[in-house]
Amino acid sequence: MVTIVTPGRAAAESHDNARLRAQASAEFGADRGGAAPSGECCDWGGRDSGDAHAAGGVPTTDDRERAVWAVLESVPDPEIPVLTVVDLGIVRHVRWWTTADGKPQLHVGITPTYSGCPATEVIRGMIRAALEREGYAGAVVEEVLSPPWTSDWLTEAGRRKLESFGIAPPERSVSNARHLFRAPVVACPRCGSHASEKVSEFGSTPCKAHYRCTACLEPFDYFKCI
Amino acid sequence: MSTAAGTDPGREALFRYVLRLGDTSLVLGQRLGELVGHSPALEEDLGLANLSLDLIGQARLLLSYAGEIEGQGRDEDELAFFRDAPAFLNLTLAEQPNGDFGRTIVRQFLLDAWQLEIFEGLLGSGDARLAGIAAKAIKETRYHFRFSSGWLVRLGDGTEESHRRVQDALHELWRFTTEFFAADDVDNELAAAGVAPDLSALQPRWLARVDEVLKEATLARPAPVAYQWHGKRGVHTEHLGHMLGEMQHLQRTYPGAQW
Repeated sequence: MVTIVTPGRAAAESHDNARLRAQASAEFGADRGGAAPSGECCDWGGRDSGDAHAAGGVPTTDDRERAVWAVLESVPDPEIPVLTVVDLGIVRHVRWWTTADGKPQLHVGITPTYSGCPATEVIRGMIRAALEREGYAGAVVEEVLSPPWTSDWLTEAGRRKLESFGIAPPERSVSNARHLFRAPVVACPRCGSHASEKVSEFGSTPCKAHYRCTACLEPFDYFKCI
Repeated sequence: MSTAAGTDPGREALFRYVLRLGDTSLVLGQRLGELVGHSPALEEDLGLANLSLDLIGQARLLLSYAGEIEGQGRDEDELAFFRDAPAFLNLTLAEQPNGDFGRTIVRQFLLDAWQLEIFEGLLGSGDARLAGIAAKAIKETRYHFRFSSGWLVRLGDGTEESHRRVQDALHELWRFTTEFFAADDVDNELAAAGVAPDLSALQPRWLARVDEVLKEATLARPAPVAYQWHGKRGVHTEHLGHMLGEMQHLQRTYPGAQW
């Protein structure tokens, strides 16, 4: 089933997206011109312009895009199924193009988290399958490499879901290079204690490291800050 | 592509340059893959496998691009599995056998530090595709460098035996680093075109980065060695052929086989 994006949810997401846009443009604004089609990032905002439903009759572009975003929000990450691909921040754009013979053509842009993440292919297939199930056959699922994904693309909702699932969300500010060279202080997702220690830089998937809480003694996964 | 110095690089030079980067990631990734199930501890097994995965991911991006530049219809798999050793253009250090854990770490550390400089330099490349790949890869490489330099310090400043082993490995492998910064026509042409960083400018930065960690690891930096290996020109040590024999066996036996 397609989940409906409620106004409240949309507003919360809109906040996330504004943060992501700001982060992306601050970090990569200077070199966005090159290969990427212009205006790509703006699609993040496509869902939350409020009065799309007002007119009635012919669906607007916003409505059509919003409906696709809703489908994407039902696609889980295969490795961390508590997150959707939207929570993970790997959907870069949803865009309706018109083909040469006047037919609408759906384009969905996704970006890999890690260059070699084996889940990327699976995710691509799952997105295509979900779209087909909801009547969007023949959608083009394309890869977008720039700007690269960082853990800052994880949405607020995604961070909360990770924590309640028992995975510590990434420490913020990847743009600060110091965080990349020093192991961060991570709060235990079970008891909240900061008395944790790193067991290994690498965990069960490319995106996670392995930690242990020295207060409650439980081991836990930490979603790496990259 | 915008080119600072005005000359567009030849397609052949760009093809070779991208192959060098891709092959170095691929060969190093394959070497690390050999250690899966054989590392000294589970955490390091996972760590090295993750490094390998990142490197092979980078290799896919780079080899796909190389195939497009070449324009002969070869894709990443064709380039990885159906070229013989002399057609591989990886840095010679990447193909050196794993040896003990200390030697694996020394090889990793030297190449991580090199990749950091190269990818940093490529962020401003006039070739938007290369700049995009570098921006993606450098985030992973920083993480790799933290892993390998952390281990180098632990081993170097560890027990008498661990110190001796990594110091020996450093002496043995250092000779291959001369090749990192030995610019040839391909490097010069692409540097002039604003596509690749100038290798002579990267060398002091690489050395400073390496020295900082060696000092903390209480390791002595070996004296410069004049002799160069020429992996990036397709002249390899005997080790590469053996490695490819294993890596390419399945695809050569059953061409086009899929998972």
